[in-house]
Amino acid sequence: MTRCDFSQAIDRALESAMALDDRIIVIGEDVPMMRSGLYARFGPTRVRATPISESAFLGAGVGAAMGGLRPVVEIMFVDFLAVALHALSNEAAMVDTLSGGRWSAPVVVRAACGGGYGDAGQHEQTRWGMLASIPGLTVAVPSNPADAAGLMLSALAHDGPVVVLEHKLLSPFWLDSVAGWRRPGVDLDVPEDGMWADVADPPAPVPLGVAATRRDGDDLLLVSVAVGVHRALQAAEALAGEGVESAVLDLRTLAPLDRQALADHAAGKRGVVVVDEDYGPYGLSGEVAAVLGELGTSVPFARVTAGGVLPYAPRLERYHMPSVQRIVDAARCLL
Amino acid sequence: MNLESLHRQMTRMRAFEEALGDLWSRGLVSGEMHLGVGEEAIAAGVVAHLREGDAMALDYRPTPALVGRGVDLESMLLEMLGSDEGLCRGNGGHMHLLSRAHLATSTGIVGSPAPLAAGLALSGQHLRPGSVAVAFFGDGAANQGMVMEALNLAVVWRLPVVFVCKDNGWAVTTRSRRLTGGNLAGRARAFGMPAARVNGKDVRRVWKATGRAVTRARKGGGPTFLVMKCRRPRGHFEDDPLVRAVRHPRELMSLLPDLVRQSRRSDAGWLRRLGSLGHLGRTLGGVAVDQWIARWDPIPRAAHHLARQVAVAAGEAADAEVQGAVERAMARSRP
Repeated sequence: MTRCDFSQAIDRALESAMALDDRIIVIGEDVPMMRSGLYARFGPTRVRATPISESAFLGAGVGAAMGGLRPVVEIMFVDFLAVALHALSNEAAMVDTLSGGRWSAPVVVRAACGGGYGDAGQHEQTRWGMLASIPGLTVAVPSNPADAAGLMLSALAHDGPVVVLEHKLLSPFWLDSVAGWRRPGVDLDVPEDGMWADVADPPAPVPLGVAATRRDGDDLLLVSVAVGVHRALQAAEALAGEGVESAVLDLRTLAPLDRQALADHAAGKRGVVVVDEDYGPYGLSGEVAAVLGELGTSVPFARVTAGGVLPYAPRLERYHMPSVQRIVDAARCLL
Repeated sequence: MNLESLHRQMTRMRAFEEALGDLWSRGLVSGEMHLGVGEEAIAAGVVAHLREGDAMALDYRPTPALVGRGVDLESMLLEMLGSDEGLCRGNGGHMHLLSRAHLATSTGIVGSPAPLAAGLALSGQHLRPGSVAVAFFGDGAANQGMVMEALNLAVVWRLPVVFVCKDNGWAVTTRSRRLTGGNLAGRARAFGMPAARVNGKDVRRVWKATGRAVTRARKGGGPTFLVMKCRRPRGHFEDDPLVRAVRHPRELMSLLPDLVRQSRRSDAGWLRRLGSLGHLGRTLGGVAVDQWIARWDPIPRAAHHLARQVAVAAGEAADAEVQGAVERAMARSRP
């Protein structure tokens, strides 16, 4: 076991996989600097800097995957994926079906996501709902370093395209780079439990499509991913003080969605609350409601989501993000 | 050309950027902070040609051009402080400073100013005959597909747009010349528009070159592409880890053991391993060179051609103006 933070855990997963498989390469803007450890070990042919040309290098990543490599394409922030979405949506995700299952594009996209540190609109989105809506695409959204490493290992072994999202509020690397979180007066609501952990040497794979139970409870089910899992756990503690026991389910992957875990946990509950930092309409929260409906459950449902485009000012941003208070309020309404 | 006025604008811009840097380091401004220190000659020399009805599409270093365009300093400071009295009511922050009154928009997405300026120019063709639109973006952005597509569109639609490429030599942490094929002026010419390389540290040259481009655009002659060389003394953003490493050798030394350890694990020969470490060292060296601001600073360069007391008085007036705006904004902003 080695103590490491969220981003280091992913880097360690990459390092262990790259040492075993020459087909794995890392491409993206600034990767020699951002992944300097991998660059020092594997050199410029396998850790390859790109120009700021997302549509070209993501498209090239898809082509390289079809040609036999296992590229990990870094899109610095998931917001920037919008510049290059075609390569994922129309190409990578369709290869398997359009070839009749005879070809695939095993490309892994690694991107930072999420808000809560004041970058606003174009740098703080999560977008996992939009990505998970693309058929053929696997989307992993870990909430802690061990899962981040484990899901990255599974993504590298997977035969189709996978997006692995790295929430900036869980990553000291990103908080240091973009949030200036050590400045005096800056007080971010950082979920420390999701930032550092002891991770196995080498890291252990975490299967795609399998949710994890973070807390047991008979009254309510709180469902979330990434930072939302930690907010949900805090909310569950607060609710426990009022005599309400909540289970917390960490989905870990949005696509494929662990329908069985949702069914098992929702059964017999007095309510389900989805905590989703992504936008509300047409996303994860609605998908969970649809799945619960399809499974025949009639559990009261609520969702706590981002309230639209994320504003800059801390007080506005806090109001928009799924806070512990908003989760507790939503839960109380169900009871 | 009124050099005194251009110099005065540059000193206002610099004072404003430094005040922003100060507020950021005190933790009063959230998220990232990309300052335009080093770009003042470009902003001043270009903006001096703009008049009512002209438009600007700016990148994530928008403040120098906005200061030069006459946007109220206090409203921008209130914005950064997250006040609902700010330019965008606290929603935008420094990367999304939008002023409809000035037809000036900013974006955090690299390259996006080019197509936005093309569209603003199109609206100018219809609604504000004789007006121009200016796109400001960096040399790193020139490799974005949308920039090249916008260049083509501007030529075939004969749009009154001036593309100003602020060439500081960097694409975030990567030397852009390592990632850019051909040269940017030649690239623009290949689309069928005039292009020129301009010393962006000399406000007189910027002013002259922009004057020709703006005149041509106003007369219906179509777009021009200007590559303006400048420097980036403060790094990509405030507290840039690379700048920190260069300024604080102890921080740099703390990174070394891990890099050497990784390098030792490499299967590659010692030559390539040294090459990888050497590349990282060269990048830091490049960052260090940009720190020697005095030689590259556009403001003393312009002041050199003015009477000493005129230049000093301009600097003092700018400091007083900005300091006054900061004090008023701080008093008005709610915590």
